[in-house]
Amino acid sequence: MFDTLTLARLPAEDEALRPAIRAFIQQNIAGIPLDRRARSWQGFSAEFSRALGQAGFLGLTLPKEYGGNGKGPFARFVVVEELLSAGAPVAAHWIADRQSAPLLLNFGTETQRQKHIPAICRGEQLFCIGMSEPGSGSDLASVRTRAERTAKGWVINGQKIWTTNAMHSDYMIALVRTSGTSADRQGGLSQLIIDLKAPGVTVRPIVDLTGDAHFAEVFFENVELDEDALVGAEGEGWKQVVAELAFERSGPERIYSSAVLLDAWIKHLQAVGRSDCAALVGRLTAELATLRAMSIACTARLVAGESPVVEASIVKDRGTGFEQELPVVIGDDVAANPDEAVSEELYRTLLYVTHIAPSFSLRGGTREILRGIIARGMGLR
Amino acid sequence: MDVNELLKPFVRMLDAAATPTVVRAIEHGGSADALWGEIAESGFLDALVAEKYGGAGLSLPDIEPLIEAIGARAVPLPVAETMVARALLASARVTAPEGPVTLVASLAQPVPCGLVAQAALVDCGDALVLCDMAQLSPRSTGVTNSLAARISGKPQGQILPRPAAGLRAISALLRAALIAGAAARLCDVTTAYASERVQFGKPIGCQQSLQQMLAVMAEDMIACRIAAQLGTSQGIDVPLAVAATAKVTTSASAPRIASTAHAVHGAIGISEEYELQLLTRRLHEWRMADGSEGYWSKVLGQQRLAASVTSVDWIRQAVFS
Repeated sequence: MFDTLTLARLPAEDEALRPAIRAFIQQNIAGIPLDRRARSWQGFSAEFSRALGQAGFLGLTLPKEYGGNGKGPFARFVVVEELLSAGAPVAAHWIADRQSAPLLLNFGTETQRQKHIPAICRGEQLFCIGMSEPGSGSDLASVRTRAERTAKGWVINGQKIWTTNAMHSDYMIALVRTSGTSADRQGGLSQLIIDLKAPGVTVRPIVDLTGDAHFAEVFFENVELDEDALVGAEGEGWKQVVAELAFERSGPERIYSSAVLLDAWIKHLQAVGRSDCAALVGRLTAELATLRAMSIACTARLVAGESPVVEASIVKDRGTGFEQELPVVIGDDVAANPDEAVSEELYRTLLYVTHIAPSFSLRGGTREILRGIIARGMGLR
Repeated sequence: MDVNELLKPFVRMLDAAATPTVVRAIEHGGSADALWGEIAESGFLDALVAEKYGGAGLSLPDIEPLIEAIGARAVPLPVAETMVARALLASARVTAPEGPVTLVASLAQPVPCGLVAQAALVDCGDALVLCDMAQLSPRSTGVTNSLAARISGKPQGQILPRPAAGLRAISALLRAALIAGAAARLCDVTTAYASERVQFGKPIGCQQSLQQMLAVMAEDMIACRIAAQLGTSQGIDVPLAVAATAKVTTSASAPRIASTAHAVHGAIGISEEYELQLLTRRLHEWRMADGSEGYWSKVLGQQRLAASVTSVDWIRQAVFS
């Protein structure tokens, strides 16, 4: 079962990228406090992303003729691993670099590629992904935002919600209905690029329980788009989205969201000289190592040109379980020693991760949906 | 070498020789000589022995799928242990015994397949000693159908150098790969059973609750496979941290996998005549053999706490290098 998901190694040429990205990170994020760095891929800095682009660390997997680096998914794994484990603020370019640019490369027209991919690689065009709607969460095929054909192109009406970084983004790639009704399920859905500065678009940030506003609701009222807004084939949106989600679900961001907290806690243990929880540290370390090997194995499937939808779901479900366990067991350990001082920074980091952790198994497909995908991969549905 | 080139004939041999009937007969006290004869004749026992000593010169990662195949078929003999023992013996220029050899890291707790081994390679702390099993007075643990043995006495025999991390680390890796193999088989049979067994007018595998359980089982199975492959990737002379990672992941998964397999099968799964128990009993035995997840977690955690680098850097250096 899932026989091709086996141990793989990061090639030396991709490992060779590590010193440079590490030096870049050290220069650029030294001043950011721990609890900001714990934002992981929700930490937003347009400046940092542009600097990354200038240094050649964006578009690693994209062809050179579009401003990319012409490398493969393993190179991206190395760079992303360094960024996430350090808690670099990568949100600004994250979605464009990970999903939008590969999507446009696979399904976009030449004009779309030229217009967007080089700018994404420079960290200058920021994208968000319009999937969820008030009535469409896990049941994504029920989206109701609708694009109608006009003489010049498209007119779009409807609403998206929980869209990460919509308020900072230049464009949204939205999954909308272009024909039929919700009863047609996956049929009749298409992906469109929407300029978020176009008349008729309203973006309202939504504040979360940690005080951050990383997602937003987006309203479309007779928004007019050119013919060229359609990505790929009309009515093929679902298939394209599924391929795109394999990128979203397979990466190391599904195992390292709480890495900054783990390291802060281990530093704390070392500072107070306590080793009574060595077994817990060891158990977490073994799980991190296993997940890293699983994530690299999944990346190897991308390298082989596959779209590892089920394999990515396996890594994401297990990885987010680990990310969510960390604040629970670390919270227990810290408070199991009530006479031991805990630094303000560690305490804030711990509580930030504790509060935001439920999102880890919501974003990019809920735990229950992923397990359904895995069960389908096992032939159970 | 292509894995399948090696694996296919090995699996064919095991499927013919180590059928569930044969496994049960040996567990019930029957002779294992015929099965051992088939395995020895196949030539695979010298897979890890260097070519200059007449072996196949393969590495531990090369034969990891073979160990999984042994685990998947509940082979009632220490085949993987003998492969490692023969490699260690060959490099020390010690003649290997004809029969099955078990690896003994400690005399304190039962040794899997101790009742069917002819010899033991014992870790005495400063050196390894090859001794006849009889010297260690193997006796049954009293656990029904288990081939593990309690052993005692002072091992005497030929002495050979001890690998840096001792026998426990390499033995733990073999357990990890055996668990991974049994986990894969259990996933297959449990998924198949869920698709066939009809209740409430449809296969129970159509129930979302079962689908979620089986999905988690598959995740555990994949984690076991990858952890076993990661563990064996550095060969027989394995660093402690690498062995620890493999054994923590597989040992922690083993009871969960056994539990889901039984939950899905219902009562038939705990019956003697059904195949499931051959595998789930072994999962528990291998989990406890050569250090459970608790033992190896402590080993790993102590090493980790002694290092002042980030966790990702530490695992890259200590586990993936």
